[in-house]
Amino acid sequence: MSTLTKTGWDVVIGLEVHAQLLTRSKMFCGCPTAFGARPNSQTCPVCQGMPGVLPVVNRRAIEFGIKTALAFTCRINPACRFARKHYYYPDMPKNFQISQYEEPLAEDGALEIDVDGASRAIGIQRLHLEEDVGKLLHEGTLETAQASLVDYNRSGVPLMETVSRPDLRSPEEAAAYLRAFRAVLVYLGVCDGNMEEGSLRCDANVSLRPRGATELGTKVEIKNMNSFRNVKLALEFEVKRQRQALAAGERIVQETRLWDADRGYTRAMRSKEYAHDYRYFPEPDLVPLEIERAWVDAIRAALPELPRQRRERFVRQYGLPPYDAGVLTQSRALAEYYEAAVREFRQPKIVSNWIMSELLRELPGDDERAIERAPVPPANLAGLLRLIEDGTISGKIAKDVFQKMVGSGEDARTIVAREGLTQVADEGALAAVIDQVLAQNPKAVEDYKGGKTAAKGALVGQVMKATRGKANPAIVNRLLEEKLSKI
Amino acid sequence: MTERTIHALGEAYRRGDTTPTAVTEAYLARIEKFDGHVGAYLTVTREPALRAAAAADARHRARAPLGPLDGVPIALKDVLCTKGIRTTCGSKILESFVPPYDATVVARLAAAGAVVLGKTNMDEFAMGSSTEHSAFKPTRNPWDLARVPGGSSGGSAVAVAAHLAAGAFGTDTGGSIRQPAAFCGTVGLKPTYGRVSRYGLVAFASSLDQIGPFAKNVRDAALLLQAIAGHDPHDATSVAAPVPDYAAALDGRVHGLRAGIPREYFAEGVDPEIARAVRAAIETLRGLGVATEEVSLPTTGYALAAYYLIAPAEASSNLARYDGVKYGLRVPGGKDLIEMSSRTRAAGFGAEVKRRVMLGTYALSAGYSEAYYGRAQKVRTLVRRDFETAFARVDLLLAPTTPNVAFKHGEKEDPLAMYLNDALTIPVNLAGLPGLSVRCGFTAAGLPIGLQLIGKPFDEATLLRVADAYERATTWLAREPALP
Amino acid sequence: MITRQDVEHVARLARLELGDAEIERMREQLNAILGYIDKLRELDVTNVEPTSHAVPLVNVMREDEVVPCLSQDQMLANAPDRVGELFRVPRIIED
Ligand SMILES: [Mg+2]
Ligand SMILES: [Zn+2]
Repeated sequence: MSTLTKTGWDVVIGLEVHAQLLTRSKMFCGCPTAFGARPNSQTCPVCQGMPGVLPVVNRRAIEFGIKTALAFTCRINPACRFARKHYYYPDMPKNFQISQYEEPLAEDGALEIDVDGASRAIGIQRLHLEEDVGKLLHEGTLETAQASLVDYNRSGVPLMETVSRPDLRSPEEAAAYLRAFRAVLVYLGVCDGNMEEGSLRCDANVSLRPRGATELGTKVEIKNMNSFRNVKLALEFEVKRQRQALAAGERIVQETRLWDADRGYTRAMRSKEYAHDYRYFPEPDLVPLEIERAWVDAIRAALPELPRQRRERFVRQYGLPPYDAGVLTQSRALAEYYEAAVREFRQPKIVSNWIMSELLRELPGDDERAIERAPVPPANLAGLLRLIEDGTISGKIAKDVFQKMVGSGEDARTIVAREGLTQVADEGALAAVIDQVLAQNPKAVEDYKGGKTAAKGALVGQVMKATRGKANPAIVNRLLEEKLSKI
Repeated sequence: MTERTIHALGEAYRRGDTTPTAVTEAYLARIEKFDGHVGAYLTVTREPALRAAAAADARHRARAPLGPLDGVPIALKDVLCTKGIRTTCGSKILESFVPPYDATVVARLAAAGAVVLGKTNMDEFAMGSSTEHSAFKPTRNPWDLARVPGGSSGGSAVAVAAHLAAGAFGTDTGGSIRQPAAFCGTVGLKPTYGRVSRYGLVAFASSLDQIGPFAKNVRDAALLLQAIAGHDPHDATSVAAPVPDYAAALDGRVHGLRAGIPREYFAEGVDPEIARAVRAAIETLRGLGVATEEVSLPTTGYALAAYYLIAPAEASSNLARYDGVKYGLRVPGGKDLIEMSSRTRAAGFGAEVKRRVMLGTYALSAGYSEAYYGRAQKVRTLVRRDFETAFARVDLLLAPTTPNVAFKHGEKEDPLAMYLNDALTIPVNLAGLPGLSVRCGFTAAGLPIGLQLIGKPFDEATLLRVADAYERATTWLAREPALP
Repeated sequence: MITRQDVEHVARLARLELGDAEIERMREQLNAILGYIDKLRELDVTNVEPTSHAVPLVNVMREDEVVPCLSQDQMLANAPDRVGELFRVPRIIED
């Protein structure tokens, strides 16, 4: 084994994603789900697991689950039920989690991802609903804290857990899966996709096996990767760690490891808990769900366009290169931004170029919120592009104007007018400037006459300089040629 | 005054013969005088009771009572959450717990104008058949203070039997209303699972628990059930079926009803004095025109075993939340959270609760779940089918409530011997059926005997009709326990 | 037959600290009870569906509507230990 080279191993990764559903109220009670409230201000006896309370299922959470299952082409189980999953942890008020076990909402779907220009279907094993736990705050780190503090606001928020098959073959693929996964959820409107606030949480199972082998190696579970970047970094670290261990002839221990983003490594979780024994049994306080065909059909009929469909439409409808279409449809908000801008400025590729090169560079992130709050709304971008098109400003000036639009939130026309950035297209005025430039640069004129046509460029530059870049280059070129030919 | 039925109190209020305040004061005085002997109450809520009574006085004066329970003093088993009033479940672990909310049943009783006198004693977390397993004190049977009142709702049964409340509510998971009702000679009714909301009932075994009334007679039981029955959106297992007028069902028309006599309920283990009294009661009913036939419920002998897996399994889960973190007892000083919780639970739970938590945890644990919990749930199906087969032929079943009468304190030290006490009540819980116990005689030693009526799902009305007809045809209610 | 180790394992799962004598008593009692329960094996339950609910209800759901919460004070009033708006628990991992 230890003689196998670095390339002698296949990477096998499966992802387990917990997505917080965008319902108004919690999974089993009427408390709100809003993020950022004062600790323990969004709780009631039910979500705090007080003696005597009973859960009642939130219909919209089920609907969101069905919606997502349809988008992932899962089989929706005609009958599903909730079960209790038992383990003790102080963030979980009942010391059991209401989840789904033997009869999940949906099974056997797939999500297509693109890696290196090729498309691959990643299997989805199951999709089920459950409740979130509260939040623990440690005085220091979990290991060193003398005490911990508990806020139950998040307890009972609806979660959708989706387990992929171990079909992912690299950290890049895992990141691509997660991005595509998030895009689908956001398009569906079932999750805000915000990883920093914990709306989307990802755990991974990672193992290596000798190239070509079919049996899975010992898997290690990685937790605490709370951004796309961290998913990739953590998995890269873990793959490398396992590869080195195997190369050194060591055995991989089945365990749970935490990604430490600050230090850039995974480490085994220190816990006195022996092997989990969740003691599942059907939740007696909830009755089974029979998912009726009519309900599923109605949800299917109302499914929005999904990222892949939208990308294909962008190529078809706007004639965009697939790359552009892919970037623009990765987030629903960005795709909507693009389409709004194109409606007002009907040159799809130019709009695409400006969004991809200028707009995205200015945003703090490419998530929905950043785009929705973009300082340059689509109408303003279209307005700017119109000024270039009608010759009011040059493309170069336009980039400066865009910067100013980002800073002030004003529209392009206002900035151009106030700062006098309009192109000088008045032939009389330009002719006077050109005469002056020709008089001041006899050497260049002579060179030009002598056959060095490149000297004209220097003269154009002088004209532009004299007009502080506002001269319309096309007119300058024409007038200059006319005048030079007469000398 | 305290011997009057709810029905009679309503008449007296209507005529202006007395007032809710006068009656409430009479009950509070009687509790003061006698509860020291029987130990029915854990908490007496004197001030709120008098306030509620005064409000009821005003409504009666204005001739606008809220209904038949307006101004009627009642008692609640301490397993029902009462906002602002501590709710202990008879356990040290909840000794200081004050719920911030009312159980649905409590809210409905308040809306009906009932006056809550206090919270009654019980076996800890409703686990037990004698009310000896309360963490605070035992409750005594008013017919013989040396004997237990049954359990787990012993405090509520005694409150009614000793006239320390006009009516009371308990919970029945495996017989915890019917068995103490039989031991204390009151009427006790366990409604169909789903008939009464469990919201705010501190769960023991969620798929079996049901709240029901204790009453001085069947008519009162009908009035008490009426106030609490019906769908509750906070309980997903509560059923939206219409609730009939139970008092109207007490029309004495039992002629032509068919009653099944389950052979297995008279088998060995049943005290001959009880079998005799129950058979005599069946004869009385035949005299009233009820046709009887013997039926068989062959799985009866296995129900208890299935119950002692299902109920502890659910209990082990329901009781996991008592960990010293959010409410209730915390034993400080452990080196970490696990030690704190383990010590809190060790100190907060009594022996019977620990036993069942252990049994339930074991029955659900990896490698045993299918053989124990899984098999028990299948046996539960067989028990249910037995009843379905019988009810295809008959309208109700008649049987003893318990195999023995009230036993002496400390007599059943062996847990299994205690469990066997519920052999005749447990099958009804497993099948989710309604069951009622009504006084049907006394032993030679003067201890009450209970006749159990078992009905079809949601057919409490038939049980009440037959029990009422029986009660009116006999004179057993004339006897009263003599308190010192 | 439940062994002492079984009792200790289950007690850990159930978060119960049991003393020596208690473990022994528990072992005896659980064995007696399970011995009685063993009679369930006499029944043939092949092809019998389990019953986990006494009533045949399905699809009970609530609408996604926000209901006012209880106040922080109400929800923290029973806390055995708290720091301001938070519940306080002893350290989770022993060192
Ligand atoms: Mg999960
Ligand atoms: Zn809540």
